[in-house]
Amino acid sequence: MSPSTEAVQESWSAIERGRRRRPVEYVVERGIFLVSLSAILMVFLIFLFVGREGLPVLLGRQTSAALAEVIPVADMDKTPPAKLQRYLGLTGTQFQEMDRETKLELMTLKAEGAQTLGKEKDARLNTLEWRYLLFPYQWTGYDRPEAIWQPVSTIHKYNILPLLIGTLKATLVALLFSVPVSLAAAIYVSQLAHPSHKEWMKPAIEMLSGIPSVVLGFFALLVMASFLQPLFGYESRLNAFVAGLALGIAIIPVVFSISEDALTSVPPAYKQAALALGSTPWQAAWKVILPAAVPGVCAAVVLGFGRAIGETMIVLMASGNASIVSASLFDSTRTITATIAAELAETVFGEHHYRMLFLLGALLFAATFLSNLLATRIMTGLKARMEGRA
Amino acid sequence: MSSAAASTPSETLPASAGFETRRRDRASMVGTAITGGATLLLLLLLGVILGNILVSGLPGLSIRFIISGADKDMFDVNKAGVLPMIVGTSLRVILMTLFVIPVGVITAIYLTEYANPVSLTTRIIRTAVNNLAGVPSIVFGLFGLGFFINFAGGTLDDLFRPRGAEPLWAKPGILWASLTLAVMTLPLVIVATEESLKAIPVGLREASLALGATKLETVRKIVLPQALPGILTGGILAVGRAGGEVAPILFTGAAYYMAQYPRALTDQFMDLGYHTFILSTQSPNIDQTRPILYATVLVLLLLTFTLNVVAILLRARIRRRARASH
Repeated sequence: MSPSTEAVQESWSAIERGRRRRPVEYVVERGIFLVSLSAILMVFLIFLFVGREGLPVLLGRQTSAALAEVIPVADMDKTPPAKLQRYLGLTGTQFQEMDRETKLELMTLKAEGAQTLGKEKDARLNTLEWRYLLFPYQWTGYDRPEAIWQPVSTIHKYNILPLLIGTLKATLVALLFSVPVSLAAAIYVSQLAHPSHKEWMKPAIEMLSGIPSVVLGFFALLVMASFLQPLFGYESRLNAFVAGLALGIAIIPVVFSISEDALTSVPPAYKQAALALGSTPWQAAWKVILPAAVPGVCAAVVLGFGRAIGETMIVLMASGNASIVSASLFDSTRTITATIAAELAETVFGEHHYRMLFLLGALLFAATFLSNLLATRIMTGLKARMEGRA
Repeated sequence: MSSAAASTPSETLPASAGFETRRRDRASMVGTAITGGATLLLLLLLGVILGNILVSGLPGLSIRFIISGADKDMFDVNKAGVLPMIVGTSLRVILMTLFVIPVGVITAIYLTEYANPVSLTTRIIRTAVNNLAGVPSIVFGLFGLGFFINFAGGTLDDLFRPRGAEPLWAKPGILWASLTLAVMTLPLVIVATEESLKAIPVGLREASLALGATKLETVRKIVLPQALPGILTGGILAVGRAGGEVAPILFTGAAYYMAQYPRALTDQFMDLGYHTFILSTQSPNIDQTRPILYATVLVLLLLTFTLNVVAILLRARIRRRARASH
């Protein structure tokens, strides 16, 4: 075992009293401390800047209504410039440089557009309100209330239900596939394999983490999709199942590595006692070691979950990207990450679609942040118990 | 293989060897077979993925393919090349290393050599590092766009560019992509460096201090040189991971096509991973472009996967040495 930070620290503090330190060194050491705060700064900045762009939606300050209140063309001179600028959707410089004629023309266009839109019943809705984001709604022209994500259309539909369901479906498949396999392999490698085999098996399985996710996405798209479709006979070539399996491959190294560490960290005395009582190595592993390592395995699953919902390229390439609400794993699916990756490039800075995607990103950040926190909690508890401190 | 392993006494547990039972238990045999099978499945999976890419990629891989490119016909099997993408990916990764290594190593030095392990500050730093490691790569992309391009770039443009001019900094570029990746790989470098710092015997530090060196001198002249392999591992891991990442650079710098190489920090670049994405999803005829797609993936794997393998092996060696020295 390598010495813990505590051991290194103790050795320092024992000798520190007699040291001579120059002023320059004091400054350098303060500098070292300041640089080490950068990780905190980064997490804070991510939180701030991803959250900031999405906040107006959350607070209800943004509207996506296709048809806002119409200012009559004749009233142009009576309207305050700031309001007019917002109404016409111009930036400050654009507004300043534009002459009166062009503005009049824009207003006429706007009024005409409003007239055609006026026939659409839903045009006045602010689709960014909570009830439209989270619950199905009876849109004009549809037979029944439906949850639809369709940001690029006359009526911007921002229901996140299809995306949430899509993300959960792909993640579920990934966990169902990778957790049992990784856990079984972790038990074998840590408890049952011959030590000389263990030496190369662990790094070999961890090498899966060296495959970039875009390569796994490519593999799922070209090889796995073609191989699995005739095998299961489903209709849509790219779906939650294919994407989930590829996602599973991506999180296997995480789940395997952490469960293996947890199993290995169980004190050898547990195993020795079980063997002394006449159990086989398998019985010792299954009935003694595994129960002792359960918190670590939970942490591995939680971390794997966090990794799976945040993975982007694989689902972008292999899930089919149709945002439909369905319970079937074999339907084309669109996840949160894939939505951000596919749509952000075509949005306008500061506009409702842009902000909505940032809100989704903040949601994702919060979910992985919490799952990480939870996993760390579990693991510190486990470590303390294994070292006999709790 | 699995049943043989089950009945072999474990060498790591010499005390238990004498008590090993020879009892034949059906459930034990089934359990061992299942877990052994799972291990085999994972190893096979790795083999199948790598084998498939190697076998299908090698025929398309030629000297011409590697040293040509920047041709408008990126989907033409006879003309396409990957040199611009190799250059772009290498440049962004090298730039990233310049940012991430100093910050990561200094943080690791603080955490192992200076910080009080139970103080609140240290605990918060550790929590931050842990959480940074779990942030989804697409969120880093959003962060790069929101912070680096719109905020930092926007501020730079406001300060140094005339009003109404074309934005120079507030648009995707190789500098922003590298910085985004540096934030993403920071935890990797910190953890790897910390691990190697902890593996250095305490006696070395004590000897240096006993000879009258100050703490900082000891860190600089004794501890850091010893930790070099670990720092190297961290750097290689970061490069291997960042080299294949596409999501963080989607909005911060990668270009679909560029006629020339990036010449300034604000230029966009072509990227191997992003190019793989384009070739697999936007090809007009996937069967015809399959050879160049496979060859591109092979080049990408050769650049990133080999680095990862080297890092994993280096790390395993450092861990063994650390175990041996304590």
